[in-house]
Amino acid sequence: MTTPVAERQDSFLAEQARFARGRGDAAPAWLKTLRERGRAAFADAGFPTTRHEEWRFTNVQPIAQTPFRLGEGTPTNPAPIVSRVATPGAVRLVLLNGRFAPELSDLGAVPVGLKIGSLATAIAQGAPECSLLGQQPVEGQPFAALNTAFLEDGALIAVRKGAVIETPIHVIVIAGGTGKTMVHPRVLVVAGEASQASLGISFLTAAGEAHLTNAVIEASLGEQAVVDCCLDQRGTEGAFLVSNLHVTTARAATFRLRTITLGGRIVRNDATAVLAGEGAHVDIDGCYLADGASLIDNHTTIDHAMPHCTSHELYKGILDGKAKAVFNGRIIVRLDAQKTDSKQTNRALLLSDDATINSNPQLEIFADDVKCTHGAAVGQLDEEAMFYLQARGLTVKDARDMLIHAYAGEVLERIAIPHLRAQLERELFVQLDRDLADHDRAERG
Amino acid sequence: MSLLSIQNLQVTAEDKPILRGITLDINPGEVHAIMGPNGSGKSTLARALSGHPGYQVTGGRVLYRGEDLLDMPADERARKGVFMAFQYPVEIPGVNNAYFLKAALNATRKERGLDDLDAIDFMAVMKEKAKLLDVDEKMLQRSVNEGFSGGEKKRNEIFHMAVLEPMLAILDETDSGLDIDALRIVSSGVNAMRNEERSFIVVTHYQRLLNYIVPDFVHVLSEGRIVKSGGRELALELEEKGYGWIEGVQAHASDEGHAGTDRANLAVRS
Repeated sequence: MTTPVAERQDSFLAEQARFARGRGDAAPAWLKTLRERGRAAFADAGFPTTRHEEWRFTNVQPIAQTPFRLGEGTPTNPAPIVSRVATPGAVRLVLLNGRFAPELSDLGAVPVGLKIGSLATAIAQGAPECSLLGQQPVEGQPFAALNTAFLEDGALIAVRKGAVIETPIHVIVIAGGTGKTMVHPRVLVVAGEASQASLGISFLTAAGEAHLTNAVIEASLGEQAVVDCCLDQRGTEGAFLVSNLHVTTARAATFRLRTITLGGRIVRNDATAVLAGEGAHVDIDGCYLADGASLIDNHTTIDHAMPHCTSHELYKGILDGKAKAVFNGRIIVRLDAQKTDSKQTNRALLLSDDATINSNPQLEIFADDVKCTHGAAVGQLDEEAMFYLQARGLTVKDARDMLIHAYAGEVLERIAIPHLRAQLERELFVQLDRDLADHDRAERG
Repeated sequence: MSLLSIQNLQVTAEDKPILRGITLDINPGEVHAIMGPNGSGKSTLARALSGHPGYQVTGGRVLYRGEDLLDMPADERARKGVFMAFQYPVEIPGVNNAYFLKAALNATRKERGLDDLDAIDFMAVMKEKAKLLDVDEKMLQRSVNEGFSGGEKKRNEIFHMAVLEPMLAILDETDSGLDIDALRIVSSGVNAMRNEERSFIVVTHYQRLLNYIVPDFVHVLSEGRIVKSGGRELALELEEKGYGWIEGVQAHASDEGHAGTDRANLAVRS
């Protein structure tokens, strides 16, 4: 593995220095120290190049070469974006350009046992949960390092021990404004022992420039806690989106992640789950539609550190046009993690000849009494299935839609918040219809 | 006018000629059995008529209710009332059987100028047909054919047929892999659908099915041609003498410049 060459990080460092002197200056000392760790890690490594093993197929030069400015103020007209995606009845927290927007949030009826609010406020008030910030490593993680260097605001979601929160929690992250904007939101989720909650995080950009959203989500689950988390990445057409998610589960806790990505110029998701207590379970699932010239890269790491843990992973991609996708699924089974049961499946449906996927399972197994399976399948729609549906009267389009629905549905139906699930399903098919219509026109032409 | 008129149909699969000139007329209400040894082309005939993309028509034509059938894509044939029960029904994970059938039925109804059936009316149709074919209603809520036993798959095919009510039903070796109970259920389902307008092409390797679905005509295929046609008794004769007998006929027919084939076709037309 070659060391990534530091490239073009100067404008980012200058922007960080401006931030640290300016609006970031009021932070408590521990936060300044944390930021400095991030800044130093980023300055040290710079942006990765394709010579870096973890970034072999994802060229981030278009990000590195853009002189982004830290998001300020309010993107043009965010209210319609919020009302378009808002989950009815949910507790809603909106982040505009990385900062809490009370006027668009709905924290009026927060259920007993749930604490939710601006991370900046929690930091200022010295909320004890803030000590859990910084679990996400920054060394060798340039984007997480950058996010940490700019750590200022975001959302804190804390569920009290034993509390079962029926109301969905919806965090809406909107980036945009004049000029090329970058935002570095941070979401901290702390679920107490035997608590339960469902969370959706929607990433959107206001129309205009190619903005960069660079999020870090940290979650810490107590014993027997159950947290469902859906990353809704639908609104980033033409934009850059990077997310680093880091979750630690205690004994018998369950964490379920569904990452749904609909387009985007470059989207890179790193999800890391550390199974740090016996009998814990994680589901890490994803469904993405990559079209046009999109690049969608999902890197997952599941670290089985303790015995009797289970992890299931299912990623399904639909690729069209000249889109590229990357899936890297790393599973570590440590020496003590006997009786691990881990299953990884990665599938990709290629609708055009120019679309490509690079798929790489990476198993590092040190325990001997474990069950680990992995499988990857890349291909076109099953011709016999297409014919069967047509032979019953369905048009080519209807047959194709039905098969793709079934294919994507396996992941989409796992989204815990029904409204979000229905919305994403609808948007996926609206976008897909558009792609397929283009595709058919191109084929005819 | 015949419902289906197959005229000198020639079909290749993977550049290999399979059907070498089939001529056959099917009138409304008739049941025609197509028999023949393995590789004789009987399933190819079924698949070519249904529009399977793996088969290329290289000659001849097929008129369905006076229209050029071969000119229509598979889905249009289906909507216009041509149904094929697959020899090997395809498993489609994630597609609910009832949901799929509703889409298929409404596509067919649209073609016939009828309104979509709503969920309640559709369920009523489903329940009625499920009862007729002794189909467990749980099977309707499962993914199409996924995890079905061989018998369940075949029964599901006939169930689809019962719901879609085609004008021409082609059963491609529907009897293969069925035990006698399933065979009786499938046959009674088919028999219940027989009427003066609806025609059937029953492709089978064995005479046994024809004890339950009694055909009006039996045609024997060998090497891509109809070498003998007759009434029901032909199937019994075949059962008794075996396909070796037909190969003899074939050789004989070839000697006489396909006179045998012509006779067979004449017998059907009469």
